[in-house]
Amino acid sequence: MMTRHRLTISYMAFVLHRLSGIGLICFLPFHFLVLGLGLEGEAALDNMLAYTDQPLIKLGEYILVILFSLHLLLGIRVLIIEWMPWPDRADGQGGLRAGWIFAALGIALILGWIFIDGVIA
Amino acid sequence: METLTVQIWRGAETGSFASFSVPKRDNQTVLDVVTEIQQRQDQSISYRFACRVGVCGSCAMTVNGKPRWSCRTHISSLKSSVITIEPLKNMPRIKDLVTDMTGFFDKWGQAGNVFESDKTRQDAPAKVDPSSQQRKAANAAIECINCGVCYAACDVVSWNDEYLGPAALNRAWSLVNDERHTGKQDTLVAAMGAGGCSNCHSQGNCMTACPIGLSPTRSIAGLKKMSLFSLMGKQDG
Amino acid sequence: MVEARLYILQRLTAAMMAPMVVGHLLTILYATRAELTAATILARVQSSPWLIVFYTAFVVMVAIHAPLGLRKILVEWGRLSTRAANLIALFLFVLFLGMGLRGIWALTGGSISGGAI
Repeated sequence: MMTRHRLTISYMAFVLHRLSGIGLICFLPFHFLVLGLGLEGEAALDNMLAYTDQPLIKLGEYILVILFSLHLLLGIRVLIIEWMPWPDRADGQGGLRAGWIFAALGIALILGWIFIDGVIA
Repeated sequence: METLTVQIWRGAETGSFASFSVPKRDNQTVLDVVTEIQQRQDQSISYRFACRVGVCGSCAMTVNGKPRWSCRTHISSLKSSVITIEPLKNMPRIKDLVTDMTGFFDKWGQAGNVFESDKTRQDAPAKVDPSSQQRKAANAAIECINCGVCYAACDVVSWNDEYLGPAALNRAWSLVNDERHTGKQDTLVAAMGAGGCSNCHSQGNCMTACPIGLSPTRSIAGLKKMSLFSLMGKQDG
Repeated sequence: MVEARLYILQRLTAAMMAPMVVGHLLTILYATRAELTAATILARVQSSPWLIVFYTAFVVMVAIHAPLGLRKILVEWGRLSTRAANLIALFLFVLFLGMGLRGIWALTGGSISGGAI
Protein backbone atom coordinates (compact mmCIF):
# COMPACT_ATOMS: atom_id res chain seq x y z
CA MET A 1 0.00 0.00 0.00
CA MET A 2 2.81 2.38 0.75
CA THR A 3 5.98 2.82 -1.22
CA ARG A 4 8.94 5.00 -0.59
CA HIS A 5 8.21 7.82 -2.99
CA ARG A 6 4.73 8.35 -1.61
CA LEU A 7 5.83 9.46 1.83
CA THR A 8 5.04 13.11 1.18
CA ILE A 9 3.19 15.18 3.76
CA SER A 10 0.07 15.33 1.59
CA TYR A 11 0.16 11.55 1.25
CA MET A 12 0.34 11.18 5.02
CA ALA A 13 -2.66 13.52 5.27
CA PHE A 14 -4.56 11.27 2.89
CA VAL A 15 -3.71 8.15 4.91
CA LEU A 16 -4.66 9.80 8.22
CA HIS A 17 -7.91 11.04 6.72
CA ARG A 18 -8.78 7.59 5.42
CA LEU A 19 -7.77 5.69 8.55
CA SER A 20 -9.67 8.12 10.80
CA GLY A 21 -12.70 7.57 8.56
CA ILE A 22 -12.41 3.81 8.93
CA GLY A 23 -12.08 4.19 12.70
CA LEU A 24 -15.21 6.35 12.89
CA ILE A 25 -17.19 3.89 10.75
CA CYS A 26 -16.26 1.05 13.11
CA PHE A 27 -17.44 3.08 16.10
CA LEU A 28 -20.69 4.33 14.55
CA PRO A 29 -22.84 1.17 15.05
CA PHE A 30 -21.84 0.98 18.74
CA HIS A 31 -22.67 4.65 19.22
CA PHE A 32 -26.11 4.15 17.72
CA LEU A 33 -26.68 0.98 19.78
CA VAL A 34 -25.90 2.85 23.00
CA LEU A 35 -28.34 5.61 22.08
CA GLY A 36 -30.90 2.90 21.28
CA LEU A 37 -30.62 1.66 24.88
CA GLY A 38 -32.90 4.55 25.70
CA LEU A 39 -35.73 2.41 24.37
CA GLU A 40 -35.16 0.05 27.30
CA GLY A 41 -35.46 2.85 29.80
CA GLU A 42 -33.33 5.43 31.49
CA ALA A 43 -31.73 2.84 33.75
CA ALA A 44 -30.29 0.87 30.81
CA LEU A 45 -28.63 4.02 29.50
CA ASP A 46 -27.30 4.91 32.95
CA ASN A 47 -25.90 1.39 33.35
CA MET A 48 -24.06 1.75 30.06
CA LEU A 49 -22.72 5.17 31.06
CA ALA A 50 -21.47 3.68 34.32
CA TYR A 51 -19.89 0.79 32.43
CA THR A 52 -18.01 3.16 30.09
CA ASP A 53 -16.52 4.97 33.08
CA GLN A 54 -13.28 2.97 33.05
CA PRO A 55 -9.80 3.92 31.87
CA LEU A 56 -9.61 1.68 28.79
CA ILE A 57 -12.92 2.96 27.40
CA LYS A 58 -12.00 6.56 28.20
CA LEU A 59 -8.79 5.98 26.26
CA GLY A 60 -10.89 4.74 23.36
CA GLU A 61 -13.11 7.82 23.58
CA TYR A 62 -10.01 10.03 23.68
CA ILE A 63 -8.80 8.41 20.46
CA LEU A 64 -12.26 8.85 18.95
CA VAL A 65 -12.30 12.58 19.73
CA ILE A 66 -8.93 12.90 17.98
CA LEU A 67 -10.06 10.84 14.98
CA PHE A 68 -13.29 12.85 14.75
CA SER A 69 -11.49 16.23 14.81
CA LEU A 70 -8.80 15.01 12.46
CA HIS A 71 -11.31 13.67 9.94
CA LEU A 72 -13.20 16.96 10.09
CA LEU A 73 -10.16 19.19 9.58
CA LEU A 74 -8.48 17.04 6.93
CA GLY A 75 -11.85 16.83 5.19
CA ILE A 76 -12.17 20.61 5.14
CA ARG A 77 -8.69 20.69 3.60
CA VAL A 78 -9.84 18.39 0.79
CA LEU A 79 -12.87 20.62 0.17
CA ILE A 80 -10.60 23.67 0.03
CA ILE A 81 -8.20 21.96 -2.40
CA GLU A 82 -11.02 20.83 -4.65
CA TRP A 83 -13.42 23.76 -4.52
CA MET A 84 -11.45 26.90 -3.69
CA PRO A 85 -9.12 28.81 -6.02
CA TRP A 86 -5.49 27.71 -5.96
CA PRO A 87 -2.82 30.12 -4.75
CA ASP A 88 -0.13 30.91 -7.30
CA ARG A 89 3.01 30.03 -5.43
CA ALA A 90 6.38 29.93 -7.17
CA ASP A 91 7.00 26.22 -6.50
CA GLY A 92 3.44 25.34 -7.50
CA GLN A 93 2.95 23.33 -4.29
CA GLY A 94 0.84 25.91 -2.42
CA GLY A 95 -2.40 24.28 -3.47
CA LEU A 96 -1.73 21.23 -1.31
CA ARG A 97 -2.14 23.34 1.85
CA ALA A 98 0.58 21.57 3.80
CA GLY A 99 0.24 24.07 6.66
CA TRP A 100 -3.35 23.00 7.14
CA ILE A 101 -2.21 19.42 7.82
CA PHE A 102 0.01 20.46 10.73
CA ALA A 103 -2.73 22.74 12.06
CA ALA A 104 -5.21 19.85 11.86
CA LEU A 105 -2.89 17.58 13.83
CA GLY A 106 -2.29 20.27 16.43
CA ILE A 107 -5.95 21.17 16.88
CA ALA A 108 -6.99 17.49 17.07
CA LEU A 109 -4.44 16.87 19.82
CA ILE A 110 -5.56 19.97 21.72
CA LEU A 111 -9.23 18.89 21.52
CA GLY A 112 -8.20 15.43 22.69
CA TRP A 113 -6.40 17.00 25.62
CA ILE A 114 -9.44 19.15 26.51
CA PHE A 115 -11.55 15.99 26.45
CA ILE A 116 -9.23 13.95 28.64
CA ASP A 117 -8.79 16.88 31.00
CA GLY A 118 -12.55 17.10 31.38
CA VAL A 119 -12.80 13.37 32.07
CA ILE A 120 -10.11 13.36 34.73
CA ALA A 121 -11.40 16.51 36.45
CA MET B 1 38.48 6.77 -7.82
CA GLU B 2 35.14 6.88 -6.04
CA THR B 3 32.57 4.47 -7.41
CA LEU B 4 28.81 4.25 -7.47
CA THR B 5 26.93 1.04 -6.77
CA VAL B 6 24.13 0.82 -9.31
CA GLN B 7 21.30 -1.71 -8.98
CA ILE B 8 19.41 -2.16 -12.23
CA TRP B 9 16.22 -4.17 -12.62
CA ARG B 10 16.71 -7.10 -15.04
CA GLY B 11 13.76 -9.09 -16.33
CA ALA B 12 10.09 -8.30 -16.80
CA GLU B 13 7.36 -8.68 -14.13
CA THR B 14 9.59 -11.25 -12.50
CA GLY B 15 13.28 -10.61 -12.35
CA SER B 16 15.97 -9.35 -10.04
CA PHE B 17 18.43 -6.54 -9.58
CA ALA B 18 21.86 -6.74 -11.18
CA SER B 19 24.59 -4.79 -9.45
CA PHE B 20 27.15 -2.68 -11.31
CA SER B 21 30.02 -0.54 -10.25
CA VAL B 22 30.49 2.74 -12.09
CA PRO B 23 33.12 5.46 -11.57
CA LYS B 24 31.69 8.58 -9.93
CA ARG B 25 32.18 11.72 -12.00
CA ASP B 26 31.71 15.42 -11.33
CA ASN B 27 28.95 15.77 -13.84
CA GLN B 28 26.80 12.72 -14.31
CA THR B 29 23.12 12.03 -14.80
CA VAL B 30 21.29 8.77 -14.15
CA LEU B 31 20.92 8.35 -17.89
CA ASP B 32 24.70 8.77 -18.29
CA VAL B 33 25.21 6.00 -15.77
CA VAL B 34 22.77 3.60 -17.48
CA THR B 35 24.36 4.36 -20.86
CA GLU B 36 27.85 3.80 -19.49
CA ILE B 37 26.83 0.42 -18.08
CA GLN B 38 25.09 -0.56 -21.31
CA GLN B 39 28.06 0.42 -23.47
CA ARG B 40 30.92 -0.82 -21.31
CA GLN B 41 29.61 -3.55 -19.03
CA ASP B 42 26.44 -5.25 -20.25
CA GLN B 43 25.10 -4.63 -23.74
CA SER B 44 21.95 -6.66 -23.11
CA ILE B 45 20.35 -4.00 -20.84
CA SER B 46 17.25 -2.45 -22.41
CA TYR B 47 16.17 1.11 -21.69
CA ARG B 48 14.54 3.99 -23.54
CA PHE B 49 15.87 7.41 -24.31
CA ALA B 50 16.01 9.81 -27.23
CA CYS B 51 16.85 13.47 -26.68
CA ARG B 52 18.93 13.25 -23.46
CA VAL B 53 17.95 16.82 -22.50
CA GLY B 54 14.43 16.68 -21.07
CA VAL B 55 12.45 17.37 -24.21
CA CYS B 56 11.15 14.01 -25.39
CA GLY B 57 9.94 12.38 -22.16
CA SER B 58 11.03 8.84 -23.03
CA CYS B 59 13.70 8.13 -20.40
CA ALA B 60 11.52 8.20 -17.27
CA MET B 61 12.49 5.53 -14.72
CA THR B 62 12.03 4.82 -11.03
CA VAL B 63 15.26 6.08 -9.46
CA ASN B 64 15.76 5.39 -5.76
CA GLY B 65 12.03 4.83 -5.41
CA LYS B 66 10.85 7.96 -7.18
CA PRO B 67 9.69 8.31 -10.78
CA ARG B 68 11.91 10.81 -12.60
CA TRP B 69 13.50 11.71 -15.91
CA SER B 70 16.82 9.88 -15.84
CA CYS B 71 18.33 12.51 -18.16
CA ARG B 72 17.56 15.39 -15.81
CA THR B 73 18.41 13.65 -12.57
CA HIS B 74 21.96 14.39 -11.52
CA ILE B 75 23.66 11.71 -9.50
CA SER B 76 24.81 14.39 -7.06
CA SER B 77 21.16 15.33 -6.37
CA LEU B 78 20.43 11.80 -5.15
CA LYS B 79 22.91 12.21 -2.28
CA SER B 80 23.66 8.52 -2.23
CA SER B 81 26.38 6.32 -3.64
CA VAL B 82 23.91 3.45 -4.03
CA ILE B 83 21.47 3.95 -6.87
CA THR B 84 18.51 1.72 -7.57
CA ILE B 85 16.98 1.97 -11.02
CA GLU B 86 13.67 0.29 -11.89
CA PRO B 87 11.11 0.71 -14.65
CA LEU B 88 8.20 3.11 -14.08
CA LYS B 89 5.47 1.80 -11.78
CA ASN B 90 1.83 1.25 -12.77
CA MET B 91 2.78 -0.04 -16.21
CA PRO B 92 3.47 -3.62 -17.38
CA ARG B 93 7.18 -4.34 -17.56
CA ILE B 94 8.50 -5.55 -20.93
CA LYS B 95 12.20 -5.93 -20.31
CA ASP B 96 14.62 -4.38 -17.83
CA LEU B 97 13.83 -0.64 -17.70
CA VAL B 98 11.34 -0.69 -20.58
CA THR B 99 7.61 -0.59 -19.81
CA ASP B 100 4.55 -1.09 -21.97
CA MET B 101 2.93 2.36 -22.09
CA THR B 102 -0.07 1.26 -24.19
CA GLY B 103 -2.53 1.48 -21.29
CA PHE B 104 -1.24 4.93 -20.40
CA PHE B 105 -1.75 6.22 -23.93
CA ASP B 106 -5.12 4.46 -24.34
CA LYS B 107 -6.41 6.23 -21.24
CA TRP B 108 -5.21 9.50 -22.72
CA GLY B 109 -7.79 8.92 -25.44
CA GLN B 110 -10.48 7.60 -23.09
CA ALA B 111 -10.42 10.90 -21.19
CA GLY B 112 -11.98 12.56 -24.24
CA ASN B 113 -8.73 14.07 -25.42
CA VAL B 114 -9.52 14.54 -29.08
CA PHE B 115 -9.52 18.11 -30.28
CA GLU B 116 -12.52 18.96 -32.41
CA SER B 117 -13.05 22.09 -34.42
CA ASP B 118 -15.66 23.45 -36.79
CA LYS B 119 -13.04 25.55 -38.56
CA THR B 120 -11.10 24.65 -41.69
CA ARG B 121 -7.66 25.72 -42.89
CA GLN B 122 -9.40 28.43 -44.90
CA ASP B 123 -10.62 30.13 -41.74
CA ALA B 124 -8.52 32.73 -39.99
CA PRO B 125 -6.76 31.56 -36.80
CA ALA B 126 -8.92 31.92 -33.70
CA LYS B 127 -8.35 35.08 -31.67
CA VAL B 128 -7.88 33.97 -28.06
CA ASP B 129 -7.44 36.60 -25.36
CA PRO B 130 -4.20 35.57 -23.62
CA SER B 131 -5.26 37.20 -20.36
CA SER B 132 -8.63 35.46 -20.11
CA GLN B 133 -9.30 33.09 -17.22
CA GLN B 134 -10.04 30.22 -19.59
CA ARG B 135 -6.88 30.72 -21.60
CA LYS B 136 -4.80 30.67 -18.42
CA ALA B 137 -6.51 27.47 -17.26
CA ALA B 138 -5.80 25.89 -20.64
CA ASN B 139 -2.08 26.25 -19.90
CA ALA B 140 -2.28 23.24 -17.58
CA ALA B 141 -1.19 20.59 -20.06
CA ILE B 142 0.51 22.61 -22.79
CA GLU B 143 4.00 21.71 -21.58
CA CYS B 144 3.12 18.05 -20.86
CA ILE B 145 5.18 15.62 -22.95
CA ASN B 146 3.50 12.35 -21.88
CA CYS B 147 6.49 11.00 -19.98
CA GLY B 148 4.26 9.03 -17.59
CA VAL B 149 6.00 10.19 -14.38
CA CYS B 150 2.76 11.44 -12.79
CA TYR B 151 0.95 8.26 -13.81
CA ALA B 152 3.67 6.18 -12.15
CA ALA B 153 3.53 8.34 -9.01
CA CYS B 154 -0.24 8.09 -8.58
CA ASP B 155 -1.59 5.77 -5.88
CA VAL B 156 -5.11 5.71 -7.26
CA VAL B 157 -3.75 4.43 -10.59
CA SER B 158 -2.04 1.59 -8.75
CA TRP B 159 -5.23 0.74 -6.80
CA ASN B 160 -7.87 1.15 -9.49
CA ASP B 161 -7.23 -0.18 -13.00
CA GLU B 162 -10.06 1.90 -14.38
CA TYR B 163 -8.67 5.25 -13.25
CA LEU B 164 -7.55 7.37 -16.20
CA GLY B 165 -4.75 9.00 -14.24
CA PRO B 166 -3.34 12.50 -13.81
CA ALA B 167 -1.80 13.06 -17.27
CA ALA B 168 -4.95 12.22 -19.23
CA LEU B 169 -7.22 14.26 -16.94
CA ASN B 170 -4.79 17.19 -16.92
CA ARG B 171 -4.99 17.21 -20.69
CA ALA B 172 -8.81 17.00 -20.55
CA TRP B 173 -8.81 20.10 -18.32
CA SER B 174 -6.79 21.99 -20.93
CA LEU B 175 -9.19 20.89 -23.61
CA VAL B 176 -12.40 21.88 -21.80
CA ASN B 177 -10.83 25.31 -21.36
CA ASP B 178 -9.76 25.59 -24.99
CA GLU B 179 -12.31 27.91 -26.52
CA ARG B 180 -11.57 26.58 -30.02
CA HIS B 181 -12.55 23.04 -28.95
CA THR B 182 -16.12 22.29 -30.04
CA GLY B 183 -16.38 18.93 -28.25
CA LYS B 184 -16.18 20.35 -24.71
CA GLN B 185 -19.25 18.53 -23.46
CA ASP B 186 -17.95 15.18 -24.79
CA THR B 187 -14.57 15.76 -23.16
CA LEU B 188 -16.18 16.66 -19.84
CA VAL B 189 -18.48 13.63 -19.93
CA ALA B 190 -15.50 11.36 -20.60
CA ALA B 191 -13.41 13.03 -17.90
CA MET B 192 -16.15 12.56 -15.29
CA GLY B 193 -16.97 8.97 -16.25
CA ALA B 194 -16.38 5.82 -14.21
CA GLY B 195 -12.58 6.09 -14.33
CA GLY B 196 -12.62 9.89 -14.31
CA CYS B 197 -11.80 12.84 -12.10
CA SER B 198 -13.98 11.83 -9.14
CA ASN B 199 -11.59 8.95 -8.33
CA CYS B 200 -8.81 11.39 -7.43
CA HIS B 201 -8.15 11.89 -3.70
CA SER B 202 -6.00 15.00 -4.12
CA GLN B 203 -2.93 13.32 -2.66
CA GLY B 204 -0.77 15.50 -4.88
CA ASN B 205 1.76 12.78 -5.75
CA CYS B 206 1.47 13.70 -9.43
CA MET B 207 2.24 17.38 -8.95
CA THR B 208 5.06 16.63 -6.55
CA ALA B 209 6.63 14.22 -9.04
CA CYS B 210 6.11 16.18 -12.27
CA PRO B 211 9.60 17.05 -13.61
CA ILE B 212 8.39 20.37 -15.01
CA GLY B 213 6.13 21.38 -12.13
CA LEU B 214 2.74 20.92 -13.74
CA SER B 215 -0.18 20.35 -11.39
CA PRO B 216 -2.63 17.68 -12.51
CA THR B 217 -4.10 17.83 -8.98
CA ARG B 218 -5.20 21.38 -9.65
CA SER B 219 -6.60 20.48 -13.07
CA ILE B 220 -8.52 17.51 -11.69
CA ALA B 221 -9.92 19.75 -8.96
CA GLY B 222 -11.09 22.04 -11.77
CA LEU B 223 -12.77 19.11 -13.52
CA LYS B 224 -14.46 18.08 -10.25
CA LYS B 225 -15.81 21.58 -9.78
CA MET B 226 -16.99 21.62 -13.38
CA SER B 227 -18.69 18.24 -12.96
CA LEU B 228 -20.44 19.57 -9.85
CA PHE B 229 -21.83 22.57 -11.71
CA SER B 230 -22.71 20.52 -14.75
CA LEU B 231 -24.66 17.89 -12.79
CA MET B 232 -26.34 20.40 -10.48
CA GLY B 233 -27.33 22.47 -13.50
CA LYS B 234 -28.84 19.47 -15.20
CA GLN B 235 -30.91 18.51 -12.19
CA ASP B 236 -32.43 21.99 -12.14
CA GLY B 237 -33.30 21.88 -15.83
CA MET C 1 -21.84 9.48 -14.58
CA VAL C 2 -22.73 7.49 -11.45
CA GLU C 3 -19.22 7.94 -10.09
CA ALA C 4 -19.36 11.73 -10.50
CA ARG C 5 -22.78 11.89 -8.84
CA LEU C 6 -21.66 9.79 -5.88
CA TYR C 7 -18.53 11.94 -5.57
CA ILE C 8 -20.64 15.09 -5.43
CA LEU C 9 -23.03 13.50 -2.91
CA GLN C 10 -20.08 12.60 -0.71
CA ARG C 11 -18.53 16.08 -0.83
CA LEU C 12 -21.86 17.87 -0.35
CA THR C 13 -22.71 15.82 2.72
CA ALA C 14 -19.17 16.50 3.95
CA ALA C 15 -19.59 20.24 3.51
CA MET C 16 -22.98 20.23 5.24
CA MET C 17 -21.74 18.05 8.09
CA ALA C 18 -18.63 20.15 8.81
CA PRO C 19 -20.43 22.72 11.01
CA MET C 20 -22.51 19.92 12.55
CA VAL C 21 -19.37 18.03 13.52
CA VAL C 22 -18.04 21.18 15.17
CA GLY C 23 -21.30 21.42 17.12
CA HIS C 24 -21.18 17.74 18.06
CA LEU C 25 -17.54 17.99 19.16
CA LEU C 26 -18.29 20.99 21.36
CA THR C 27 -21.26 19.11 22.83
CA ILE C 28 -18.99 16.13 23.62
CA LEU C 29 -16.43 18.36 25.30
CA TYR C 30 -19.15 20.17 27.25
CA ALA C 31 -21.12 17.05 28.18
CA THR C 32 -18.13 15.16 29.58
CA ARG C 33 -17.33 18.14 31.80
CA ALA C 34 -20.92 18.42 32.97
CA GLU C 35 -22.78 15.58 34.67
CA LEU C 36 -23.00 12.64 32.27
CA THR C 37 -26.23 10.80 33.08
CA ALA C 38 -29.15 9.57 31.04
CA ALA C 39 -31.35 12.27 32.53
CA THR C 40 -29.06 15.16 31.51
CA ILE C 41 -28.59 13.72 28.01
CA LEU C 42 -32.33 13.33 27.52
CA ALA C 43 -33.05 16.78 28.89
CA ARG C 44 -30.48 18.31 26.53
CA VAL C 45 -31.68 16.49 23.42
CA GLN C 46 -35.33 17.20 24.17
CA SER C 47 -34.75 20.84 25.09
CA SER C 48 -35.53 22.03 21.58
CA PRO C 49 -37.27 20.49 18.58
CA TRP C 50 -34.52 22.04 16.46
CA LEU C 51 -31.99 19.73 18.09
CA ILE C 52 -34.04 16.77 16.90
CA VAL C 53 -34.05 18.20 13.38
CA PHE C 54 -30.28 18.73 13.75
CA TYR C 55 -29.57 15.15 14.84
CA THR C 56 -31.91 13.66 12.25
CA ALA C 57 -30.18 15.57 9.45
CA PHE C 58 -26.83 14.55 10.94
CA VAL C 59 -27.78 10.86 10.93
CA VAL C 60 -29.11 10.99 7.35
CA MET C 61 -25.93 12.65 6.10
CA VAL C 62 -23.54 10.39 7.94
CA ALA C 63 -25.48 7.39 6.62
CA ILE C 64 -24.78 8.68 3.10
CA HIS C 65 -21.25 9.95 3.65
CA ALA C 66 -19.63 7.07 5.52
CA PRO C 67 -20.67 4.18 3.23
CA LEU C 68 -19.63 6.22 0.16
CA GLY C 69 -16.17 6.69 1.63
CA LEU C 70 -15.91 3.04 2.58
CA ARG C 71 -17.04 2.07 -0.92
CA LYS C 72 -13.90 3.61 -2.42
CA ILE C 73 -11.70 2.04 0.25
CA LEU C 74 -13.17 -1.39 -0.50
CA VAL C 75 -12.37 -1.01 -4.19
CA GLU C 76 -8.93 0.56 -3.76
CA TRP C 77 -7.52 -1.20 -0.72
CA GLY C 78 -9.85 -4.19 -0.52
CA ARG C 79 -9.64 -4.92 -4.25
CA LEU C 80 -13.38 -5.62 -4.36
CA SER C 81 -15.33 -5.13 -7.56
CA THR C 82 -17.30 -1.89 -7.81
CA ARG C 83 -20.47 -4.00 -7.80
CA ALA C 84 -19.62 -5.74 -4.55
CA ALA C 85 -18.58 -2.43 -2.96
CA ASN C 86 -21.85 -0.86 -4.10
CA LEU C 87 -23.86 -3.61 -2.40
CA ILE C 88 -21.93 -3.30 0.86
CA ALA C 89 -22.28 0.50 0.79
CA LEU C 90 -26.01 0.25 0.16
CA PHE C 91 -26.38 -2.24 3.02
CA LEU C 92 -24.45 0.04 5.38
CA PHE C 93 -26.51 3.05 4.30
CA VAL C 94 -29.71 1.26 5.29
CA LEU C 95 -28.12 -0.08 8.48
CA PHE C 96 -26.70 3.27 9.63
CA LEU C 97 -29.87 5.12 8.72
CA GLY C 98 -32.03 2.61 10.59
CA MET C 99 -29.79 2.42 13.66
CA GLY C 100 -29.25 6.18 13.78
CA LEU C 101 -32.93 7.05 13.52
CA ARG C 102 -33.69 4.39 16.13
CA GLY C 103 -31.15 6.06 18.41
CA ILE C 104 -32.78 9.45 17.98
CA TRP C 105 -36.19 7.91 18.52
CA ALA C 106 -34.92 6.33 21.72
CA LEU C 107 -33.75 9.69 23.03
CA THR C 108 -36.81 11.66 22.01
CA GLY C 109 -40.00 9.79 21.36
CA GLY C 110 -39.35 6.32 22.73
CA SER C 111 -40.35 4.65 25.95
CA ILE C 112 -38.59 7.14 28.19
CA SER C 113 -39.83 10.25 26.50
CA GLY C 114 -40.78 12.97 28.90
CA GLY C 115 -43.26 14.12 26.32
CA ALA C 116 -41.27 17.22 25.52
CA ILE C 117 -42.22 17.27 21.86
